[in-house]
Amino acid sequence: MSDNPVREAIQEAIADHEIILFMKGTPERPMCGFSARTTAALEALGTEYAAVDVLPDPRIRQELSAISNWPTIPQLFVKGELVGGCDIVTELYESGELAQALGVEAPEEAPQHAPAAAEPGAPPLTIDNNLVDRRSA
Amino acid sequence: MPSPEDLQRRIEDAIPGARADVKDLTGGGDHFRATVVAPGFADLSRIEQHRQVYAVFGSEIGGPIHALSLETRAE
Repeated sequence: MSDNPVREAIQEAIADHEIILFMKGTPERPMCGFSARTTAALEALGTEYAAVDVLPDPRIRQELSAISNWPTIPQLFVKGELVGGCDIVTELYESGELAQALGVEAPEEAPQHAPAAAEPGAPPLTIDNNLVDRRSA
Repeated sequence: MPSPEDLQRRIEDAIPGARADVKDLTGGGDHFRATVVAPGFADLSRIEQHRQVYAVFGSEIGGPIHALSLETRAE
């Protein structure tokens, strides 16, 4: 038995998914403008990624920030390493470095400026702790 | 409620040689955007640059300071 199952689950998720985004809400229904903006950049590159909603349980955010030494949400990890939050992901996208950081090919038609995020969706807030693996979607 | 001037002063006091430009994004005193230029950032990754600025505010980030959007550079 683990003393800290939430922390272990987060560490496992980071280890098991090459690209994983911890966010408020889901890629389909982001609940915060910063999360929306970050998913928009990933979607613009056509990247497959796993997404975890931190909202259903405050311990997810608490343990994640303790692991990553990063205080805010969203947080994007690639190959187990923190790449950054919304600001860094947006900067990388605009400089053309994000595709490289993700290890994917940039689509030629990708717009140069970070895509405008859709307005965060309205609740209902669903309680769902399962990882959403975008590859199976 | 923190003001942009408070945040600017605290960043500049805490990070050697730093110049900060802080804006209140919503006028509500809890969503800020800061551009921080500091010579010490030259040897740091983006992540580490942002961590240094976040560290100035500790647990206030996510609390009274709901959001602090950052742009950091060395020169």
